[in-house]
Amino acid sequence: MFTHETRLKRQAIFDLLFRSLTRVCAFGVLALLAAIIISLLVGSMPAIHAFGFGFLASSDWDPVNGRFGGLVPIIGTLVTSGIALLIAIPVSFGIAIFLTELSPRVLRRPLGIAIELLAGIPSIIYGMWGLFEFAPLFADHVEPWLNRHVGTLPYIGPLFSGPPMGIGLLTAGIILAIMVIPFIASVMRDVFDVVPTLLKESAYGLGATTWEVMWQVVLPYTKVGVAGGIMLGLGRALGETMAVTFVIGNAHDLSKSLLMPGNSISSALANEFNEAVGDLYTSSLIELGLILFFITFVVLSIARYMLYKLGQREGQAA
Amino acid sequence: MNIESITNPKIIIKDLNFYYGNFRALKDINLSIAEKMVTAFIGPSGCGKSTLLRTFNRMYQLYPKQKATGEILLDGANILDSKQDLNMLRAKIGMVFQKPTPFPMSIYDNIAFGVKLYESLSKHDMEARVEWALRKAALWAEVKDKLKQSGTGLSGGQQQRLCIARAIAVKPQVLLLDEPTSALDPISTAHIEKLIDELKEDFTIVIVTHNMQQAARISDYTAYMYLGDLIELGETSSVFTNPKRKETEDYITGRFG
Repeated sequence: MFTHETRLKRQAIFDLLFRSLTRVCAFGVLALLAAIIISLLVGSMPAIHAFGFGFLASSDWDPVNGRFGGLVPIIGTLVTSGIALLIAIPVSFGIAIFLTELSPRVLRRPLGIAIELLAGIPSIIYGMWGLFEFAPLFADHVEPWLNRHVGTLPYIGPLFSGPPMGIGLLTAGIILAIMVIPFIASVMRDVFDVVPTLLKESAYGLGATTWEVMWQVVLPYTKVGVAGGIMLGLGRALGETMAVTFVIGNAHDLSKSLLMPGNSISSALANEFNEAVGDLYTSSLIELGLILFFITFVVLSIARYMLYKLGQREGQAA
Repeated sequence: MNIESITNPKIIIKDLNFYYGNFRALKDINLSIAEKMVTAFIGPSGCGKSTLLRTFNRMYQLYPKQKATGEILLDGANILDSKQDLNMLRAKIGMVFQKPTPFPMSIYDNIAFGVKLYESLSKHDMEARVEWALRKAALWAEVKDKLKQSGTGLSGGQQQRLCIARAIAVKPQVLLLDEPTSALDPISTAHIEKLIDELKEDFTIVIVTHNMQQAARISDYTAYMYLGDLIELGETSSVFTNPKRKETEDYITGRFG
């Protein structure tokens, strides 16, 4: 027979074990993160020794002569992700407004599910679709149009001139946009959904239009969640490998034009690890990985800082 | 008391019916709201008093299955007419809700938000307007040094007065208050009640309240509603001391509801 004390004691021990277990899990994450950073650092040491900071500024990628520079894939990663967000953010905002405010009730669920299904499509399918269907379409119809109408403009013209091949940075950016829209849109929809009805009614009650309510009240109210959704999308865009590899062209060439083939960090890694011979080649690829890691970290930090500044401007921190 | 005996009606409601889908929530309401007076709607939950209030600025139009038939005349023009511009209507009829709903922006911007929708004021004029609205809402003294701080950082009672200031900053003619003190403590409630008494000099006020004492304290006219019917409308003193209908008497004496 258990006395009251032994029962209490058993519970105390169990609770202690439970707390220790959760702590181990939490610190395990930290340890894992540290281990990844350390192994990336160690692996990229030969390249860092050989090229120094010049690695970041050089567009050389010459495995035969052992000269490596990361500029092309770094720019490719940033540019394709930038294009993706430029397209995906406004489109997702529109989708989320429609789904939460304007759509008839019967359409909400099917549309919401369709968007979630879009998020579930494996990236290799996007890549194949991009290469076999989208890229030819783009080459035949969109790129010639861009050449003729945008390519001749001052300043931005050079970005849109060049042979219409269908594959390149712009195509990769658009495919990425299509891939991240479901992520951003469904997060936006979820956070818009939890905005109190009374808050929206207050704004409508003052005579605000749907656009004014969404832009000036709902968006500021949900900014942390919206920024989270965008970061989720950006994280996917920065690291996306398969789909980008199919359509980016995988060329280590620096070009002013977005229509020209380029490379991204993740697709360079995926394509070249197999054939990387020699320490320096492997090490350069690992350094690219380290840089991707660093870019993601910096982007997240900037996002946090921007949110903090926004909060300050509104007086939340005051 | 019938509607003709209100001599200076701001709003006249004729044969108003309201439907949530197939459910008829208001039944042939005929009622007048006196200008620059406080009219209170009382009645048990579900009687339609909030529904009635929400027809005055057509808030129900946000929801596809809700509709109203009949006439609501604001200075003779029918609010329910589909040609009536919604945004202009809502500039004339302000609303304050059950819970304080400050927008996620500074105190100053909360007030300026509505004004900017209709007028483009210079910085100086906007500052004057914000101060005017905050003074009217008896909040100026408490917030004048922190206009740049977030409206969400104020206490509940202050937030509700901020919402009142926001509503009157647009200079509406009518102010709709939907249980404005139901989420507030007694002291904040007393503040708001005093404020309502002052505001009726400038605005026609319609208030929905669960609290019969509140209706008795602050309103000039009281309408008692039950299950979508308007049972009785009269001067507050006579409704509470000498109700004409048995149902009203039962409710205000607490025998039911």
